[in-house]
Amino acid sequence: MKQFLEGSHAVAEIVKRCRPGVVSAYPITPQTHIVEDLAQMVSNQELNAQFVNVESEHSAASVVLGGEATGVRSYTATSSQGLLLMAEVVFNIAGMRLPVVMTTANRAISAPINIWNDQQDVMVVRDSGWVLFFAESIQEAVDLHLQAYKLGEDPDVMLPVMVNMDGFILTHGMEAVDMPSQEEVDRYLPAYKTTYKLDVENPLTMGYLADPDYYLEIRYMVQETHAELLGKIPHLAGEFKKTFGRESGGLIQTYRMEDAEQAFVAAGSVCGTIRDAIDELRAKGKKVGLVKIATYRPFPKEAIASSLKNVKEVAVVDKSISLGGFGPFYTDVTSALSSLGTAIPKTSGFVLGLGGRDIRVKSILDVYEKLSGKQVDCAFIGLKQELLAETE
Amino acid sequence: MTETLFKPGHTACAGCGQAIAARLVIDAAGKNTMIANNTGCLEVFSTKYPESAWCVPWIHSLFENCAAVASGVESGLKYLGKKDAINVIAQGGDGGTADIGLQALSGMLERGHDVLYVCYDNEAYMNTGIQRSGLTPTTSNTTTTPPGSASFGNPRPKKPMPDIAAAHGIPYVATASVGYPQDIQKKVKKALSIKGPKYIQIHVPCPLGWRHESSQTSEVAKLAVETGLYPIFEYENGQLIPRKIASVKPVEEYLKVQGRFKHLLKDAKGLKEIQSVADYNIKKYQLKAQG
Amino acid sequence: MKGHMTSKPGSSVANKTGSWRTEVKPKFLRKNCIACRMCVYICPEGIISGEGKNMFGCDLDYCKGCGSCAAICPKKDIEMVSEDEKI
Repeated sequence: MKQFLEGSHAVAEIVKRCRPGVVSAYPITPQTHIVEDLAQMVSNQELNAQFVNVESEHSAASVVLGGEATGVRSYTATSSQGLLLMAEVVFNIAGMRLPVVMTTANRAISAPINIWNDQQDVMVVRDSGWVLFFAESIQEAVDLHLQAYKLGEDPDVMLPVMVNMDGFILTHGMEAVDMPSQEEVDRYLPAYKTTYKLDVENPLTMGYLADPDYYLEIRYMVQETHAELLGKIPHLAGEFKKTFGRESGGLIQTYRMEDAEQAFVAAGSVCGTIRDAIDELRAKGKKVGLVKIATYRPFPKEAIASSLKNVKEVAVVDKSISLGGFGPFYTDVTSALSSLGTAIPKTSGFVLGLGGRDIRVKSILDVYEKLSGKQVDCAFIGLKQELLAETE
Repeated sequence: MTETLFKPGHTACAGCGQAIAARLVIDAAGKNTMIANNTGCLEVFSTKYPESAWCVPWIHSLFENCAAVASGVESGLKYLGKKDAINVIAQGGDGGTADIGLQALSGMLERGHDVLYVCYDNEAYMNTGIQRSGLTPTTSNTTTTPPGSASFGNPRPKKPMPDIAAAHGIPYVATASVGYPQDIQKKVKKALSIKGPKYIQIHVPCPLGWRHESSQTSEVAKLAVETGLYPIFEYENGQLIPRKIASVKPVEEYLKVQGRFKHLLKDAKGLKEIQSVADYNIKKYQLKAQG
Repeated sequence: MKGHMTSKPGSSVANKTGSWRTEVKPKFLRKNCIACRMCVYICPEGIISGEGKNMFGCDLDYCKGCGSCAAICPKKDIEMVSEDEKI
């Protein structure tokens, strides 16, 4: 049934229906509404969960680590500085193969302090071993949380999954959302059952010290599992489509790529703006399309290379920057395209929207102009020249 | 082979006070116990893969978060309806408790989780090589507070961690010492019979870090108590219950058996300062026996 | 692919730390023992056991030779003797 919902509330609703037993979070804009809604649901007994109001994000992640370790489905959400503060716990959760699900309401990172959307925060934990999904819309954010628990808790996977949704744009935006019913969710997502847990009947030691004789193989196993996910995730998305009747998630999604000569590559809500720009360009006869990254880790290198192999020019749109280097998507995409040998398209990297700078159709059209010009590795779009004069 | 939930074969130093205390704690708590352990000597010497000394469910995450992980374990057990039958213990060293772990501990105490926190106090970051912590006593020689021409060792007093825990209004706080092993077990059992957050801090000599013989662990621990330098007491719902010292010893007796205080023995001013710490403790915690 | 997720309880017993001893080991004289069990409490390896007076002993497979038991015995009924001595 479709409901007109604020993004945060939609996420809280779907998380509630996933029946987590331990929820713990620390307030940070723009994640707050999600957690406030969950608190209200617990206090109205709509959600039977232990809601732990912690004293920092580091502890929020630690609480859900502990909760998940008792075999109880757990949930947390954060943004920006909070994700950075809990970063070591985030790596710990993946290394310990605990299938926690987290929402990151993507937000810019200090300094300077900025509460608005870009994708810099998740890039800090890109290497952690978490599965990283990116939602383009509120509907997709809802759907990805369901898929996240199902995928992570698969006994052959046992990895945590993060659903990234652009802060404010998706969390505080409103959309008509098809919200799966509790019965549908219960059918799709059974209760979490595992033998990998703290249990007085089977007293195991979790989180041991692994010396050089063991560490390499244990890390390799996480990498191998990510490789296996390249097969599992399309299956997960296909099964979701059969069950709920719509496309959500997967490794990549494409828009008007069938005969494209030029392409954009991007992730998150900016894809909506890019679709509009593509429609405008197509109306003028330009053969351009979009490859949307729906799963960033594992990185779908084959899917991306194959979707771009007939394209002449590619523009990668990053809403983050590895300062001193390139946009993270640009680095991964060019790495994937290197497998095309002599047929590698001319690929340029563009950085837009940092700190919530609005990305309009015009911004994408500016990128399009530059895409057919000289190849650039990392061009910032939309810079206000008057602010670039050195002061002090 | 003895019936213990903390098996031998672990790689603690010979004479390690923390190994003694850790075994006493878990054997007093019993098999219906889950432990969340911080990084430190105990975690490292008891769980080098694939060997583990622990016979109860045990989890290690990071250096500073065992209180938060334990909060999560306790919450999971509450959700499962199993908390009443299972003890949850969070444990760490002095650094992991009073310094880097203080925030998580304070949060756990303030939220009222039904968890016993045990701090194994060997008065420095021993696992990383004897560096100074917030619980290192004044003048102690550590690798980051070495005595020299411009220093007489650690310049700061011990952070009053048990009082900080008690200030959260929790039902039970206690200090204990490896010099009195049965007292440790009594206090652990008492704590676990109380619902809510509990804090026990156990003085555990470190032969390597304190520079004494491996056979002297018990003797050194007892002297710390008998001089008043390590006050033994409980706070039950805020009420102080001291363990009186039968016959108070002068601080030199404790200091002279440890290399970490060697530089003090010729320093009359330094000795006086340490004696005043002991005297302060004896007064504050009412440790002098009557008569 | 996953594996090595946990360690088995008590698996440390595979590591016979008795090999750490080089000089001395405890000898339980079993003459004046009052079964106070202080040796049982204080052993860092937890390997001393006994049922009653003059019946205590330790598992030399794990004893590191720290001497805590001999130091604590109120009746001096435990002696640290040379590693080579036959007990």
